[in-house]
Amino acid sequence: MMQQAKTLTNRAKLMPRKPLTFSERIYLPAIFKGMGITLSHLFRKKATISYPDKVRPMSKVFRGLHVLKRDERGAERCTACGLCALACPAEAITMTAAERKPHEKQLYREEKYAAVYEINMLRCIFCGLCEEACPKAAIFLQNDVMAPPSFEREDFIYGKDRLVEPFQKN
Amino acid sequence: MSELTFKIIFIVAVFGISLFVAMYTTYAERKLAAFLQDRLGPNRAGPFGILQPLADGVKLFFKEEFIPRVSDRLLFIAGPAIFMCTALMTSAVIPFAPDLEINGTTYAMQAADLNVGILYLFGVVSLGVYGILVGGWASNNKFSLLGAIRAASQNISYELAMGLSIVSLVMVSSSLSLRDIVDQQSGWAWNILYQPLGFLIFIVCAFAETNRAPFDLPECETELIGGYHTEFSSMKLGLYLFAEYIHVFISSAVLASLYFGGYQFPFVSDLDPGPVKTLLGGLVMFAKTGFFIFLFIWIRWTLPRFRYDQLMNLGWKVLIPLAVLNVLITALFILF
Repeated sequence: MMQQAKTLTNRAKLMPRKPLTFSERIYLPAIFKGMGITLSHLFRKKATISYPDKVRPMSKVFRGLHVLKRDERGAERCTACGLCALACPAEAITMTAAERKPHEKQLYREEKYAAVYEINMLRCIFCGLCEEACPKAAIFLQNDVMAPPSFEREDFIYGKDRLVEPFQKN
Repeated sequence: MSELTFKIIFIVAVFGISLFVAMYTTYAERKLAAFLQDRLGPNRAGPFGILQPLADGVKLFFKEEFIPRVSDRLLFIAGPAIFMCTALMTSAVIPFAPDLEINGTTYAMQAADLNVGILYLFGVVSLGVYGILVGGWASNNKFSLLGAIRAASQNISYELAMGLSIVSLVMVSSSLSLRDIVDQQSGWAWNILYQPLGFLIFIVCAFAETNRAPFDLPECETELIGGYHTEFSSMKLGLYLFAEYIHVFISSAVLASLYFGGYQFPFVSDLDPGPVKTLLGGLVMFAKTGFFIFLFIWIRWTLPRFRYDQLMNLGWKVLIPLAVLNVLITALFILF
């Protein structure tokens, strides 16, 4: 007979252990039941998505890698106002403004443009506040591209070469 | 073709097939384990990951070969070798297909038709535990030693019940030669119908003898790290793991030939002896073996491991009395 331990509260309830039935004791029905369960899993749909070959469908509002948009003529929309950098809670955005030269009119939409525009993807938390802050609809977070991995820290500082949308003629 | 040439070719073929089947059993194990857990399993090397065993083998060969300074060097190397050799030796007495008759010459599809085939099988299988014991002892590591001791006591305990379950089978078929036993089971007259309890005892013991889950206590990771192969690395570890799969293959083949008629199948048994019968019989044998390999894997990924005292209880207090009872019942049936 087991000594009953002193209980801390008076709510403890003693649960008598029922003796095992014969079918439980011979163990085999339980084994076959378990085998049935595992066998049913054999034909079940797999949870895995073989990632590089297949990509999980992303939400429409997914916030991935940034892109700096161009306007309909192909000129960069960003005017280097710095509101995105100000809005950024992670302080991931830095930029240097420059004045547009007369012959650069088709390159930049406004008179002021970002000569350097860098986002540190290691700092960025992809909150999308830059997108909300932008008055010129210049920066967006894509919903189908993610920042790729790299072994070097420097690779995560994205300059204009990787952020600006490629020029399309249409 | 002389008898000797044929035997040599056949033995090399059986050797190759054993290794090949064991190789792809590792693949099947990983793949089935994944499927039973709703995963995909290895699928990068080749289509459906079919080259995965090759990649695993190459990886094991290129691993650092480490022999602990305090280990017994000679025995440390001998352990995996013994284990592998004994695992491969067991396939000698298994009849893989019906006799092949070409131009009046009969070729037996069996490396050696021993009239004490079952005893040979038992002898070699129990030698196999020396591989584990020697390896575990030579590692000079507490966990390895514990694993080795467990393996030894487990094998001794379950060999008794296994032997007793075979005794009743031998009483039914009145022969110790595996070939005779298989030949008697032509058509549907499989031994499982006459010895259901014996089969149950035998298969439980086969799981224990191959150190497979739910009886994989000698290498149980949660308590003993890796058990007897904790200190082994590179291809020595590979030999241990690989020999386990050869054991699975041989056990499946033995189970198929002892209780499920080996190469016998209703329509195949009625065919005239010839290449067609041999081929079909061989296929039937491999299908049955394949089913048992699947069963081994299926059980492994279903049942949790036994506790050590439960293992011993099951072996000594349940299986051995049951096996003795089975012998008595069989004897009564034969007498009356």
